[in-house]
Amino acid sequence: MFNAKKIRDLFPMYRLYPHLVYLDNSATALTPQVVLDKMNEYYSQYGVNIHRGVYHLSYKATEEYDKARERIADFINSDFSELVFTKNASNSLNMMALMYGDKYLQAGDAVITSELEHHSSFLPWMKMCKRKNAELRFIPLNADGRITVDNFRKVFDKKVKVVALTYVSNVLGYITPIKEIIALAHRHNAIVIVDAAQAAAHIKIDVKDLDCDCLAFSAHKMLGPTGIGALYGKKELLLSIDPLEYGGDMNNSVSKTELTIKEIPFCFETGTAAIAEVLGFAQAVELINGIGLKNIGQHCITLHKYALSKLTNLKGLTVYNPKADIPIISFNIDGVHPHDAATFFDESGICLRAGHHCAQLVSKWLECNGTLRASFYIYNDYQDVDRFVETVKETVDFFRKVAGEKNE
Amino acid sequence: MNNLENLYRQVIIEHYKHPRNKGLKGFPQARLYNPSCGDDITMETKIDSGIIQEINFDGTGCSICCSSASILTELLKGKSITEAKKIIAKYYSLIKGEVIDGEEELAEAMVYQGVSKFPARIKCAALPWKALEQLLDGENNEQKS
Repeated sequence: MFNAKKIRDLFPMYRLYPHLVYLDNSATALTPQVVLDKMNEYYSQYGVNIHRGVYHLSYKATEEYDKARERIADFINSDFSELVFTKNASNSLNMMALMYGDKYLQAGDAVITSELEHHSSFLPWMKMCKRKNAELRFIPLNADGRITVDNFRKVFDKKVKVVALTYVSNVLGYITPIKEIIALAHRHNAIVIVDAAQAAAHIKIDVKDLDCDCLAFSAHKMLGPTGIGALYGKKELLLSIDPLEYGGDMNNSVSKTELTIKEIPFCFETGTAAIAEVLGFAQAVELINGIGLKNIGQHCITLHKYALSKLTNLKGLTVYNPKADIPIISFNIDGVHPHDAATFFDESGICLRAGHHCAQLVSKWLECNGTLRASFYIYNDYQDVDRFVETVKETVDFFRKVAGEKNE
Repeated sequence: MNNLENLYRQVIIEHYKHPRNKGLKGFPQARLYNPSCGDDITMETKIDSGIIQEINFDGTGCSICCSSASILTELLKGKSITEAKKIIAKYYSLIKGEVIDGEEELAEAMVYQGVSKFPARIKCAALPWKALEQLLDGENNEQKS
């Protein structure tokens, strides 16, 4: 049985701020004590380097590190060798553009992306396309702002070599029909790179079932630490590209003129890794597995529906994505800039995001100067939603009052 | 008056809804952004013999940012570059919550005193002033890659 109160007790931030209403989960989730404990365990019990030392402590650290990779790979149904650790999803996506695009993209080729993308998903390809004289195409969004298979077909042809798309929009909360798009893309041998930064915390990802070529995600959006993320790459793909960075730990033998690199995934990871963060990442995965993605989904969707039903009764605001698939509400108080409204929420102890959410093309598509975004996760409860809705109402009233308008 | 009421004073909303000197005429310009929240302000000014003859602005952003651009254009018109720089420095002190003397020099801009209670908003209130400061320093900031 899902118990939000018990879940809250797992997060030390709530001990410090018992009344915190944290609704910025799409940006970063809070960190549970077990993740902090795991990272602390590494530093205090076997805090030495991995893959190097021939002594017991180093062996222990390496073992924990490998176990962590195994667990995170399992989480998305990938093989151990296909999961590369990176700084975060942005880093993963940039690496792919640089490693694959540099080697294989040619003048006259095309890359498909969308206006729903986070900057980290499409900017690396915008730059690579410019460099290579390739064309960057955008899938037209439908009336709700969704990516559809039909619209993908409209821009897809034999010239397309890469498709870089988000699995879940970080502003509108829509799930992309990515599996169907991947199947279509593969017909002409285009590779598909999936930005799963938002998806990972909410829906079960199975890279084998999706058949995606690459997939990127970050630990900090799924209860893990910041500064660590992952890049999944299909074995054949990873074997066909060259590492971006060279240095310690990624090679087998080195001479003055040559080197042989380690097997995948190790050849893509040079220098000492964020070892504690990797262990924390795996611990977060274990916690999510323990609670169950299904239960997480149900809890969040219940809160999401409850919030939407309450907001519908209010006047003076616009919700841009009432049909979102994951619990993200993007909205604006009519006539009030999102940053002005956000200050009001902040004063009420409610954390939400205001602005472009690193996805300026979405704001442009919505024809607004950014939005307010409330996003829910496992520790949120009905009380959080009630305080959120109450503050929306107060904000509407406040700005009406200062603008000298009469209340209706 | 609570902090929020003190921040969103009538005069700020008034300048936000009815901005003065909005619209560019083609004098030397400086454009600055707050990319996280979307403030995007361009200031332009015509300077003759060290005196600010005219200031205009254009752009979009929150009420704090846009109103401060509007108030700025009225406040600094007719001032010498040296005077303007002094006033801008004083304004920065004001929004950071520092004690200042000679409040009358800031005139209507004194309403931004309330901003100091909202550290996340200081950069909103400062943006148009930073842009103008660059113009006065003769800098060109637009960067594209």
